[in-house]
Amino acid sequence: MKITKTENGSSLCLSLEGRLDTNTAPELETVLKASVDGITELVIDMQSLDYLSSAGLRVLLSAQKTMNKQGSMKVMHVNDTIMEIFEVTGFVDILTIE
Amino acid sequence: MKELMIDATVENIQKVTEFVDEQLERLECPVRAQMQIDIAIDELFGNIAHYAYHPGVGPAAVRVEVMENPMAVVVTFIDHGEPYDPLAGKEPDITLSAEERQIGGLGIYMVKKSMDDISYEYKDGKNILRIKKNI
Repeated sequence: MKITKTENGSSLCLSLEGRLDTNTAPELETVLKASVDGITELVIDMQSLDYLSSAGLRVLLSAQKTMNKQGSMKVMHVNDTIMEIFEVTGFVDILTIE
Repeated sequence: MKELMIDATVENIQKVTEFVDEQLERLECPVRAQMQIDIAIDELFGNIAHYAYHPGVGPAAVRVEVMENPMAVVVTFIDHGEPYDPLAGKEPDITLSAEERQIGGLGIYMVKKSMDDISYEYKDGKNILRIKKNI
């Protein structure tokens, strides 16, 4: 998975490319941990993400919890496969998906 | 039937995925079904890698079979580690808020929802986990 980071003041956008799974979820977790300090607006762009597994959901949940305390988080450009996963797991009610 | 024997490690999930995808591509499996099967591999082989031989490492077999009428793919995961039925856990509560959420059980739940059939048996000292997806 490739993670592209775009920062603008207190806004941070992470664009994900590839697969967010058992092997790659720790990479996203590391990037998030190192980057969210002082961020009030977090965007996760899934335009080029093929799919995610529960390991990815775990990292997204943890990011959402962090951002609930310090600002907001949005998930964008979700494909049909990923949307179905969010629906099945009830993540549609936890995340803000645009 | 095609079979891959491989060490059950997290690092090998990708090799298992490539092995299964190769068979799926030969069958011209729809992309959506392929992604769902790939996710299932991440969840199920990932589980075996984490728990079957913990804290050691052991082998697992991954079999791909094709069925006809209706056309379906059956992927079977076999290990001889600790007996573990991933289907025995209780279903996660998917209505809880972010703060109350637990991730445990969500992976297997996703697999159950996306596959047409899933079964587990412990036989001759082996965990045999089988998923079926109509394509």
